[in-house]
Amino acid sequence: MPKYMLIMRGTDETNAAMMASIDEAMAATRRYIEEMIKAGVLLAAEGLDDPRRGVVVDFSGETPVVTDGPYGETKELFGGYFLLDVASKQEAVEWAKRVPAVPGSKIEVRRVAGDDEMPQDNQGSVEERAGSESTGRI
Amino acid sequence: MGTADVEAVWRIESARIVAALTRFTGDFGLAEDAAQEAVAEALLSWPLASPANPGGWLMATARRRAIDAIRRRTALQDRYALLAAAPAVDEEVDPDKIDDDILALMFVSCHPVLSPEARVALTLRVVGGLSTEQIARAFLVPVPTVQARITRAKKTIAAAGVPFELPPAGERRERLGGVLSVVYVIFTEGSTATSGERLLRPDVAYEAIRLARTLAALQPDEPEVHGLLALCELTAARFPARTGPDGSPILLADQDRRRWDFSAVRRGLAALVKASARGLGPYGLQAAIAAAHASAPSVEATDWERIVVLYEALGRVAPSPVVELNRAVAVAMASGPAQALAIVDELIALDRLPGSHLVPTVRGELLARLGRRPEARAELELAARLCANQRERSVLLRKAAALG
Repeated sequence: MPKYMLIMRGTDETNAAMMASIDEAMAATRRYIEEMIKAGVLLAAEGLDDPRRGVVVDFSGETPVVTDGPYGETKELFGGYFLLDVASKQEAVEWAKRVPAVPGSKIEVRRVAGDDEMPQDNQGSVEERAGSESTGRI
Repeated sequence: MGTADVEAVWRIESARIVAALTRFTGDFGLAEDAAQEAVAEALLSWPLASPANPGGWLMATARRRAIDAIRRRTALQDRYALLAAAPAVDEEVDPDKIDDDILALMFVSCHPVLSPEARVALTLRVVGGLSTEQIARAFLVPVPTVQARITRAKKTIAAAGVPFELPPAGERRERLGGVLSVVYVIFTEGSTATSGERLLRPDVAYEAIRLARTLAALQPDEPEVHGLLALCELTAARFPARTGPDGSPILLADQDRRRWDFSAVRRGLAALVKASARGLGPYGLQAAIAAAHASAPSVEATDWERIVVLYEALGRVAPSPVVELNRAVAVAMASGPAQALAIVDELIALDRLPGSHLVPTVRGELLARLGRRPEARAELELAARLCANQRERSVLLRKAAALG
């Protein structure tokens, strides 16, 4: 089934607002995560550390150049993600709407690429089912 | 908001709303009807105006419909008492209580008074949040059939006076086994469809995995819940490699293992660890067999000795001739066809799988590997005669003819 990543995108302002009441933010996120676990849709979730403690490896030149801090003049910063296994894009969007996000932040909903698009099986496959199943070979 | 959006909200909210309304009204059938009325209203009104809080809207509307229904059947003097006592079910609820209510909902939907088909339909509808149409599509049956199953199931539950509560401690384990088998039936329908034109129906299997994950979250101390989840994840991990571009099945030996879903394998192995806490049950053992395949780079490098031991254990906790036949196949891989043949011959001597084409199919393959060609040919021809399926029969006859 389709997997979707909810990518948290904040700004300096939303990050500051979240840090101002970090305990509440973390408790709300925990509740949200638990709800998704009980609904059977959560595969993974991580929150990223302060972008100022990160580095950027830039491949513009002949050799990669490493610079401290967030990427260039980027206004929006990735803050973390939730990876969901849901029935539809609409459901991913519904879960995204429930994220306890700070006003001003954004969530990008992206489908995970994969070969979960099964080819159509033909009649023969069904007919060989019983035999192959019983011998544990499929 | 369109139909797909309403469906998405409903999938997230259905179990919680039906559980809360059943707790509130004490009447599962009435709660389910009220919830369905709320969804029908949402399908009409949300395209015109989307509510700010769709989940709250559904809960409030369903609760109103439930109160309307109670009013219609309640004497006047009782109405005021009811209205005064009506708790605000859409307000903040104790999450632990809701968990127990959702679990109770699963036990009601999978109650032994119901037919197996009704358990599946009801579980997918109230716990999974699927529509009647979606369930009909999943099981390739007409919509009115699913409707009738659900209506009958609600009547049966009311007539039997099934209480909305967790089963008493003494029955808990057995009743949980009933819930697990419903989830397993749904998964099996997705992993080897019993009807229709496709071998795999990942969307159906997905519903089972989702239910198993919910159960694992709500009953974390029950090893077999994790065993079933592990079995589903590890089996589903092979789906991408199980069919060719034209949909034809690819046997385990011929699968491109690079196409297996390794994050599903990892989740399955993690669930198997939790299942192993106090020795493996039947689901855990089947998961362990699936794990042995999932961890092997090739058929040759598979730990067949371990698979044989696991089938022996499975045969002890859940004896079945099909398990014995599977054990024979594993023994053939681990120790050669002669020992496997002895197991199959014993099955035949005890007449454990009478009339099944599977026994002569396996026996024929083993005899062929032993070079006993005329006997192998006779077995495969017998298998072909017993096989009801046209295509499978022609495969068997082709194999028999090739033995000269």
